[in-house]
Amino acid sequence: MPPRTIIEKLWDAHVVHEQSGAPTLLYIDLHLVHEVTSPQAFQGLRDRGLKVRRPDLTIATADHSTPTTDPALPIVDEIAAKQVAQLLTNCRDFGIQCYGRGSQRQGIVHVIGPELGLTQPGMTVVCGDSHTATHGALGALAFGIGTSEVEHVLATQCLLQRKSRTFQVQVDGALRPGVTAKDIILALIAQIGIGGGTASIFEYRGSAIRALSMEQRMTVCNMSIEGGARAGMVAPDDTTFEYIAGRPFAPQGAAWDAAVARWKQLPSDEGAAYDRTVTIDANQLEPMITYGTNPGMGMPITASLPEPALVADPLHRDSIAKALRYMDLEGGKPLLGHPVNVVFIGSCTNSRISDLRSAASLLKGRKVNPGVRVMVVPGSQQVKRQAEAEGLPEIFRAAGCDWREPGCSMCIAMNGDQLQPGEYSVSTSNRNFEGRQGKGGRTFLASPLTAAAAALTGVVTDVRTLL
Amino acid sequence: MTFRSRLVPLPINNIDTDQIIPARFLKTISKQGLDRQLFYDWRYDAQGQPKPDFILNQPRAQGAHVLLAGDNFGCGSSREHAPWALTQFGFRAVISTSFADIFKQNSLKNALLPIVVPPEVHGALLQLEPDAAITVDLATQSVTLPDGRQVEFPIDPFSKHCLLEGVDELGYILKNESAIAAYEAHRVGSVNTLA
Repeated sequence: MPPRTIIEKLWDAHVVHEQSGAPTLLYIDLHLVHEVTSPQAFQGLRDRGLKVRRPDLTIATADHSTPTTDPALPIVDEIAAKQVAQLLTNCRDFGIQCYGRGSQRQGIVHVIGPELGLTQPGMTVVCGDSHTATHGALGALAFGIGTSEVEHVLATQCLLQRKSRTFQVQVDGALRPGVTAKDIILALIAQIGIGGGTASIFEYRGSAIRALSMEQRMTVCNMSIEGGARAGMVAPDDTTFEYIAGRPFAPQGAAWDAAVARWKQLPSDEGAAYDRTVTIDANQLEPMITYGTNPGMGMPITASLPEPALVADPLHRDSIAKALRYMDLEGGKPLLGHPVNVVFIGSCTNSRISDLRSAASLLKGRKVNPGVRVMVVPGSQQVKRQAEAEGLPEIFRAAGCDWREPGCSMCIAMNGDQLQPGEYSVSTSNRNFEGRQGKGGRTFLASPLTAAAAALTGVVTDVRTLL
Repeated sequence: MTFRSRLVPLPINNIDTDQIIPARFLKTISKQGLDRQLFYDWRYDAQGQPKPDFILNQPRAQGAHVLLAGDNFGCGSSREHAPWALTQFGFRAVISTSFADIFKQNSLKNALLPIVVPPEVHGALLQLEPDAAITVDLATQSVTLPDGRQVEFPIDPFSKHCLLEGVDELGYILKNESAIAAYEAHRVGSVNTLA
């Protein structure tokens, strides 16, 4: 057999059936379900009289339209309340374990999968959510699907899929102080563009990726979709195994040893060929920030904004001009020093304990700028408990931040946590699309450190000046 | 599957699914009633009144079936509400120079054709008069311009088969029950979420 990438190994291992003229029938090892993209799929099952084929490979939680206020209180938004209630009904009717509002295991779906040990190397993982790529950090082939496909997986545990192209992202070198995993992925997307990875799966490789913790790798893989790729992966290594060991759903005893032996076979073979490769020099990276209305519109935080007049392609020029108009920014000017109204620390990109520690390290003993509203939203109940055990909420509150309950919150602004029209945020989330954080809101995407720096100063700030 | 339609030009690159249907409208548990929410924040002002300068509010969009969008249409979120909203408005095809992967898959499952054309054809379509109509034919995978020029477009052969023959994808998968069961018989390393 010719040398294979990890992407090809996982694909080959999950082929159920191949028939000429049709896509491959691929088996799904883990299906994550949430309240927003599943109700119509469950209704489809009811309409056809179908069951969930493998409830034991399915897990649900409430995160997207779920308030980040006290879970003992009712959901005020009646439509959201109905949707969250429908998830519970669907899970009860179809025999699915649901870590809903009030559960000790509730949280953002892409935070709880890995933290519970459900996501494991070599698995295929899907969810009706484009940030499913997050789970690729553990060496899983994980991708987002639509609601029709959610129904397919619920009913059959399979999906019809075409093979994607393999795209190697080689990141070598060492990150300098103040530069984080978030800056790696923002730099990649700025380099290749928001559609640069379309029809591809990324494999992140190189010494800078190996040096990342598991949670940092999740931050990188999470935003693969923002580069157009449905999935992004990191081959499992000792960092992966140490992360998984002892988690609630991790294999134990002899099963653990057998699993690790299997997982060690997954990394791409020496000499395996990729359809495309890009390289990033981690030594040269600076803290990154987005200035526009898609995640590809990013730049080093010390850079000047692009000038539309200098862009040759007319549609691209229009995009930049339209984005700057929406953001009310002027081409050619720096972004440093630009006023900020809101700082959001959270989302499936950056709401894990290491993200919160990172932000807290800067905020400790300091006060946020009185003009800035700062929301810190842990990714899960487990992250929240860990943060509490470490005294992080006290640090955030003393600095003047709002410490909230877990959920997607202001990343998608479905639950009442949102920007007002015209407000600027520095956000650790993954999307800066028009209105993403609230109608008329303007988003600068950045790392937790850069977000914390803006919280302190009230303006876009190079965190390296505060370290 | 053949239809003739005016074009609704929206020549903006990287139109994301948050623009196609903003997230606050995803709290519904139904697939229906999404046509008014299509491009809501571009289409309506703060008072909910139609913005006259937005293309969907103009006469040429009424009764039209083809949206002509910029590159990388449908990027971002995996929400299938995007093709639901587009088809409920009346669109049967979107023409662009490329589509985001998940949106493309979601569209094909909802009989919304994601038609990729080369940049020069895209440019020619943008130059058409507002009342000029094109013909889309799935069987021949072609778009016919008003001057008679015919342009072929690629489409996944299985999706084409499903759309033309009315094959239901889930029904197709369900017929593979024995292959699925055979695969499950030798799976290793499964988790049990019910444990």
